This record gives sequence, C-alpha cells and structure tokens, in this order.
Amino acid sequence: MLKYIKHNLDTIDGVAIYPIISLLLFLGVFLGMLFFVFRMKKSNIEEVSKFPLESNTINSNEDE
Amino acid sequence: MEKEQFYYDNKIVKMFLWATILWGVVGMLVGLLVAFLFVAPGLLEFAGSDNAISWLSFGRLRPLHTNAVIFAFVGNGAFMGIYYSTQRLLKARMFNDLLSRIHFWGWQLIIVAAAITLPLGFNSSKEYAELEWPIDIWVVLIWVVFGINLIGTILKRRQRHIYVAIWFYIATFITIAILYIFNNLALPVSGFKSYSVYAGVQDALIQWWYGHNAVAFFLTTPILGLMYYFVPKIANRPVYSYRLSIIHFWTLIFLYIWAGPHHLLYTALPEWAQNLGTVFSIMLIFPSWGGMINGLLTLRGVWDKVRETPELKFFVVAITGYGMTTFEGPLLSFKNLNAIGHYTDWIIGHVHIGTLSWNGFMIAGIVYWLATKLWNTELYSKKLANAHFLIGTFGIMFYAIPLYIAGFTQAFMWNEFNPDGTLVYGNFLDTVTAIIPMYWMRAIGGSLYLTGFIIMAFNIIMTARQGSKVEDELAEAAPLKKISSGRATGEPLHSWLERRTVLFTILTTVAVLVGTLVEIVPMMLVESNVKTIESVKPYSPLELEGRDLYIREGCNNCHSQMIRPFRSEVARYSDNDPELYSKAGEFIYDRPFLWGSRRTGPDVHRIGGKYNDNWHFNHMLDPRSTSPGSIMPRYTWLIKNTLNASSIESKLEGLVSLGHPYSKEEIANARQSIATQAAGIVENLRQDPEFVRNYGDQNMQEREIIALIAYLQRLGTDIKADRTAQN
Repeated sequence: MLKYIKHNLDTIDGVAIYPIISLLLFLGVFLGMLFFVFRMKKSNIEEVSKFPLESNTINSNEDE
Repeated sequence: MEKEQFYYDNKIVKMFLWATILWGVVGMLVGLLVAFLFVAPGLLEFAGSDNAISWLSFGRLRPLHTNAVIFAFVGNGAFMGIYYSTQRLLKARMFNDLLSRIHFWGWQLIIVAAAITLPLGFNSSKEYAELEWPIDIWVVLIWVVFGINLIGTILKRRQRHIYVAIWFYIATFITIAILYIFNNLALPVSGFKSYSVYAGVQDALIQWWYGHNAVAFFLTTPILGLMYYFVPKIANRPVYSYRLSIIHFWTLIFLYIWAGPHHLLYTALPEWAQNLGTVFSIMLIFPSWGGMINGLLTLRGVWDKVRETPELKFFVVAITGYGMTTFEGPLLSFKNLNAIGHYTDWIIGHVHIGTLSWNGFMIAGIVYWLATKLWNTELYSKKLANAHFLIGTFGIMFYAIPLYIAGFTQAFMWNEFNPDGTLVYGNFLDTVTAIIPMYWMRAIGGSLYLTGFIIMAFNIIMTARQGSKVEDELAEAAPLKKISSGRATGEPLHSWLERRTVLFTILTTVAVLVGTLVEIVPMMLVESNVKTIESVKPYSPLELEGRDLYIREGCNNCHSQMIRPFRSEVARYSDNDPELYSKAGEFIYDRPFLWGSRRTGPDVHRIGGKYNDNWHFNHMLDPRSTSPGSIMPRYTWLIKNTLNASSIESKLEGLVSLGHPYSKEEIANARQSIATQAAGIVENLRQDPEFVRNYGDQNMQEREIIALIAYLQRLGTDIKADRTAQN
C-alpha cells in the first residue's frame, strides 16, 4: 500500500540525506559488528554459549 | 569467592503461564468466532435477525481477536519466558518483586480493559493499536515498569557477560516503547475518543511503520530471545553458533530500522547508494535465515531426542514457520507479488503462519517444559502433548493453505477482464462466494488448532495438580567481583562493552533512535508535501459523526478506502475513469486514515453517490436484501440508536487545533447543521413507500444511520467537483 503514496516523500527537499544516513549507519554498525564477532575469543564464546545450560539451583529437578 | 544464596521468583513465571493459557484460549476462541462469521454471518444474532447485537459484530470482534492473541497471548507468553530465563541467565532474582507484580496485574488490567472497550466500539481504528487514549497511557506506564524491572535485574546480576537472549529482550523493550508512543499520538476530544495528530498519508506511513516494526519487535525479537535460551536448554546443547546469534541480533534490529527509509525513499537515493542498498538487501537474507538455521542446527545430533521430547517437536515446527514467514515477507515486498497479495487472504494466511507456528508453538513448547520445572514433576501426559502437536500442526496447515488459495483466487478474479474490456466478475460478491469453501476449511483449521491448545491447558492443569509448586527456587552463585569499569589490557572491545550493561543499553538505544529518527523525520515533513486538491473540504459535522460511527463499527476491517492506480481497480470502483484512483490529497482531513488492509467487502472510497440513500438504509438493515450472498453483518442498532452528538463542538475544536479549517460560526452552529443535513437525508428516504410504512411515524432524523449515510455519500466525491470545475 505504501508503494502508492511514498512518492510524496520524494518531493521533500534534500530527503535523500535520510536514507543515506541510515544506509551508512547500518553499514558502519554491520561491519563493526562483523569485525568484533570474528575477533571474539573462542574460549569466551564457548563460555557464554553454555550459559543456558548452567544450573545453580539447589532444590529442584533442574539437573536431571 | 564465597557463593551467595538467593531465590529465583518462580511465582511470577507461573502467573504469566496461567495468563498465557487463559488468554490464549480466549483470543483463539474469539478468532474462531470471527472465522465462523465468514461462513455463517447470522451466527451470533441470538436476539433475532431484527435485533443484531452490536458488540458481537465482526467489525468489533476482529480487533478484539488480534489484540488478544498479540498482546494477551503472545505478550504473556513472552513475559513468562523472559521472567524465567532472565533470572537464570543473570543468576539473580528479578530486580523488584513489587514491580514484577505491578507489571503482571497492570498488563492483565490492560487486557480486561481492551476486552471491554473494543466490543463497545471504543476504537482508534489503527490496526494492532486500536486501544483508545486512556488505555494507551496505562500501556506505556506498565511497559516502563517492565523496562525498569528488566534493566534493574541486569544491574544486580551475578553473571559478568550477558547472553544474547537478554539483548533481544532489551531491544524489545526499547523499540516497542518508541513505536507505541509515536504511533498513538492523538488529541483526546472526550473520555474515550481521540483524533490522530497525523492525517491521511502521514497517518498511514506512521501506522504501517508501527505495524511492520511491531511485528518485528513484539512478535519476533522476544520470541527469538526465548529460542536462544529454551532450545539449547531443553536440547541440553549449546546454541549451534553463538557468533551467528550476535550477527542475527544486530542485523535484525538494523534491518528493520534501516530497511524502512531505504525502501520508502529508494528513488530519492543517488545511484551509488541504490547499488549499495541492493547489495545489502541480498546479503541480509543470509543472517535472517541464519537465525532459523541456528535454531534448527542446535538440535544437530539430538534428533533422536526430538522424537521423544514433545517440547522440541513444537520448536522444530515453530522455527520452520519462522523461516517460512521471513521468506514470505521479502517476497511480498516485490511490487508484482504485492499487487496480488495486498487486500487478499494471502496476508491473513501469511500472518497466521507466523502467529500459529512461530509464536504459538514456541510458547507451547516452553509452557510444557516450564510446567515440569514450576511444579517439580513429570508432565501429566506426554501422549496428550504429542496429540496436541499433531492436531496443532494439521490445524496450521488447514488454516493457512486454504487462505493462500483463497488469496490468489480472489486476486485473479478481481483482475479478470472480458475481451470487450468489462470485468468478468463485475459483482464483487462473485469473488466472495467463490472462496466460501476456503473459509470453511480455515474455520476447521482454526478449530483443530484451538482443540490442541485446550488439550494443552488440560495437560498443564493436571501436571500442576500432581506436582508440588516451587514458588521460590533456591540457587547459589558468586557475586560479581568488582573490576575496573575501564577496559582491561587485552580485553576485546565487544566483551568489554558487553559487561558495561548500561553503556551497552545506551548505545543500543542511540542506534535504534538514530535509525528511527532518520525514518520518522521525512514522515513528519511529508504533510506539507502532499499535493492538495482545491475541492477537498473538511467533513460536515454530521459526516464527521458518521465517520466516527464507521470507526466505532470497525468497517475498515473489511472495506478499504484506497483505490490503487490499476485498470482493474478504477474499472471496478471509479466508473472506469483512469484518473479517479485514490489521490493523497483526498485524505488530508482523514484523522485517522481509514484505508484498511483487507477487502472482505469492496473498496468504498468512491461509494459516495453510487447508490441512493435508501439503498444504504436497506443495506445496513439487511445486507442480503440488497446484495444476495453478502456476508456482511446486519447493523440494525444503527437504525434504532439515537445519534449522540453531544461532543461535536469539542470534536470540531480539537480538529481546528490540528489544522482543520472550521470557522467559529461553523462550530457554534454545528448542531443546527446536523439537524438540517439529517432532515435532507430523511426526506430522500421518505421517497420509498416501504420506508414510510415502517418508519414513517418515528423520529428517524436523529438516528445513527442517518449520520453514517451522510458520511458514505460524501466519500470520494470532493475530487469530482474539482474535475467538473476544470472541465
């Protein structure tokens, strides 16, 4: 539905700056995130990914 | 370091669990009722066909169904899982018991308020945001309580690093708050009535920005968080790839926030940015499907366990459903497919794959597992859980497949032309009666799904009865060592960021906010850029009251007011005049916009002047008398009720403050104007001897039906005056 009304947005002066900001923002965060994710230490990843499996309860059947 | 002992709050999880089951049954039952109204429109006319019951009509029940399943069923289900997993992942009791209770009871109060006000017709008409302003304020307050409780728990945690599920919860909290507030900005004109601060095109943009992102951040991110906790937990294996889960998280958030302005403003982009954008759109399919693959592959090597564990079976179907819906979403954004799917049952099928499989089955799996933990026992009956799984899965298929067929069938029938250029199915009803068998199958599918859910409810009640409740579960963990808030030598930036929760939350918020602003600012500016049409004037007081009745009755749930610039649409709705598709400038006095999203009945944007007043009167009294085979409800109460125009002055004054050009005299004379215009319509009606015989001795001039007729006869006519002047 928005396809038939979005041309109204295109007529705003200098509107192109908004999608460019969002594109660059996304690009920056995405690449930065990829960089950090691939630099994460394996030991760290293994530790964190086991969090859901940990059990520290005392009085339940949690550890079956 | 010495371990501290503390208790997990299981009671709050249990409260949310019961609420999930209760509202699940209620929401789906209402859904089933409205599904049966398609095949038996008179089903709920308990007081006789002359006495249709207003609060049981389709237009009022449909918002109740959507709000109940989204906010009551999925909402409570998400909170249930969030309260359970957050405490365990952070090794801490929830921040504050009182806040937990306020959150729970406050949320239930919203649901009860919705269940009362929506059937009564207090309804802002914006899809999935129908609640009126006093309830909206309450929603925001309770949402903030939830946020404080969540972030407070993160601050007092005993686990240094924050697992990815918690990030999904944080993103849910922040984004929903922004979306909900912006979309619901409205000017109250009476106790339960408000006008949107946005009009027409702008209102539509904001509403669907909300609608689209609410699906992402209410129905997707919290459930993904649950997936990343409960799938590994129950399968007893770590998530397939933790790296992928982080990529999944960030891309999902930015996909929505970035894709919005990108798609809306694509043609305004310089070429380099268009190319970059296209490359990215393609790349982004991988991480979003990565989420599904990540969930499914967590089960690698334990498929034997999937066979034996009902919870995991539910998860497999749920995650597959997630994959299907997220694949269908981009498909529907292609112009050609969108032209087919929009306004048809394809969309209804699409969203139900999402809610029935992804939301419903994730929650069911979690409920089964939690019941054994919360009551410290085995599940009452694994067989029944397996039966639920089978019946539910068949239910999903029986629900969705017929609707896909119905969607395509109807779209093609709408577009079919005879060689002489006329429409093959010129009567809209032909395209409705053709898909009634599909509606039967859908109703059967829905019945199956609900049956499965009720079996679960029984199973959980029996499990609770055989077990013993564990309201406060004792746990122990070492408190966090105080370490410098600065970054340690050799510490990766990401893990430093991760342990600086507040900073991390602020950064996420800033990122989301910047993305949101970039999207919202052009929408805020668009109002002055809509091309105005000289002859488009504000509604008269009577028409305005009629429009508010149209909103109260939820007519927009079945009738669109947006004729697309297609040959088949102008042929059907605009007297074959290729210039008379709906123009943005025609909606500048529409607060809220009423374009609708599904054409169960025909578009009504150019209904004004198409039929005479008597036709409308008889059609509302009994749609089948004017349109044989119609599935529209009877609106007999509109003919009996006296119009309450007591707040017309404050309505007009409110609209003036939003920029509508009503003069002081017009406001002062509003009641006189209503009486005059109504008298004219009654005079027209009296030309029908049948009308005089039945209603001649009654004061029809003051009835609600007159206002509605005034509005319908005005719809889409202003632009024609402009064309007459031009000729």
